[in-house]
Amino acid sequence: MELKLEAKPIYLDYAATTPCDPRVVHAMVPYLYEQFGNPASRSHAYGWAAEEAVEIAREHVAALIGADPREIVWTSGATESNNLAIKGAAQFHAAKGKHLITLKTEHKAVLDTMRELERGGFEVSYLDVQADGVLDMDVLKAAIRPDTVLVSVMYVNNEIGVIQDIGTIAALCRSKGILCHVDAAQASGKVAIDLHELPVDLLSLSAHKTYGPKGIGALYVRRKPRVRIEAQIHGGGHERGMRSGTLPTHQIVGMGEAYRLARETMATENERIRSLRDRLLQGLQAIPEIRVNGHLEQRVPHNLNVSFTFVEGESLLMGMKGIAVSSGSACTSASLEPSYVLRALGLSDEVAHSSIRFSIGRFTNEAEIDAAVVQVKRTVERLRELSPLWDMHNAGIDLSTVQWAEH
Amino acid sequence: MAYSEKVIEHYENPRNVGGFGGEDADVGTGMVGAPACGDVMKLQIKVNPATGLIEDAKFKTYGCGSAIASSSLVTEWVKGKTLDQALAIKNTAIAEELALPPVKIHCSILAEDAIKAAVADYRHRQATTLQVLEQPACKPASAAA
Repeated sequence: MELKLEAKPIYLDYAATTPCDPRVVHAMVPYLYEQFGNPASRSHAYGWAAEEAVEIAREHVAALIGADPREIVWTSGATESNNLAIKGAAQFHAAKGKHLITLKTEHKAVLDTMRELERGGFEVSYLDVQADGVLDMDVLKAAIRPDTVLVSVMYVNNEIGVIQDIGTIAALCRSKGILCHVDAAQASGKVAIDLHELPVDLLSLSAHKTYGPKGIGALYVRRKPRVRIEAQIHGGGHERGMRSGTLPTHQIVGMGEAYRLARETMATENERIRSLRDRLLQGLQAIPEIRVNGHLEQRVPHNLNVSFTFVEGESLLMGMKGIAVSSGSACTSASLEPSYVLRALGLSDEVAHSSIRFSIGRFTNEAEIDAAVVQVKRTVERLRELSPLWDMHNAGIDLSTVQWAEH
Repeated sequence: MAYSEKVIEHYENPRNVGGFGGEDADVGTGMVGAPACGDVMKLQIKVNPATGLIEDAKFKTYGCGSAIASSSLVTEWVKGKTLDQALAIKNTAIAEELALPPVKIHCSILAEDAIKAAVADYRHRQATTLQVLEQPACKPASAAA
């Protein structure tokens, strides 16, 4: 309601979504009106023009991840891609086995899909990660069974930015004849992906995390060796039967342009973002008793997840209304649960409640980082002055030894 | 999350932040909630033994904006009241005053609990540390719960 914003808040929530790059918008617009044809119309020039645009975009997407354009299936976004990959592979290979493996720190689009398959008679192992968020390969090896058909591991975690060792995971799966699916929604344009080298079978992509439009994504489906999945949406047999529905040409063109730009700018952009992240971290380190969540090196520079202990996350967000970030605690939603990802790292509920995710992107600048640091420091200091836990901590009381009345 | 103007006002300008010496006989301390649940309130009341009235109140709260506002508000409300009058403050009144949404009702419940805990602590202290209990100057005229 009345947050009384003097100006637009500084956007540090690029992991939630990114604005479309202006060049992306520019590329999309003609396909809403002048080039409105249905790419499936084979009988006239309107259709041919649209189809050509779709195929060029497919090449751009394939190029970013080292794939063949024929391995790209358009979807409505990474959520649908995850559903199609996991349900599609599980159902196709159900006769071979009904055991699936994933991580506790996966996105809900994977976890909820797995839960749905469990209701359909599949068995799923949800693996723990280490305290730094990285999967221990021995844990994966131990979880594999003769009836395991699919392993699904995210490339980059959305909350803590930790990068999993996909090369090793995929190689293990390949050696055991198990399909490997990777949710790369947070990885595209941030991590170099080369599917010529990486033995990944299925890989989910999103446009709007990489300066493209919302509502469009893709699933990479390997051709050699050929990966078979069952379609989840039927009606016309588009996308080689794997995903029916009229292709949204303008969205596809937007994703293609966004991925072309990502490939072009990734190396320099990552360096710039890394220096901004370092600047942010250095600024925040002036605040006592903070901790960075997730592995310090094995993470994308775009993400910094920090716990400001003895301060509750929602009040922190309320105090930093000049910054758009998200809280590690889901207090802002109807559930008062702290983040399951942070809990999987072994964080106590109170530390998880104190966590903020900063995510930096293409349009972030140094002045914004500096202004954000000032606001965060001021708010944390003010709220700690209000916090009985901070007093107790300063009096040398170990909060974990206190008998609290849970409510 | 939409916050009411009153919640924002208390969050930005919290009243009566701080504390009294916890060992003083005329002080009652209530600490309720748990860090794991995302809110802890510490409410302290200072009672005039001659009048039996709460002369002053202080709080510190770890929690969301609504929790901070609820505890700030009750420090204002309990001042000048007898212990029984303070005990008659209901969470529904707090929630109504601050226009708390349903998901934040627990903050007002916690604030009511903090009053109860502070009063109980004060009474316990009086019963155990003072030999002679001063009679309140006037009988509490609390509304029936």
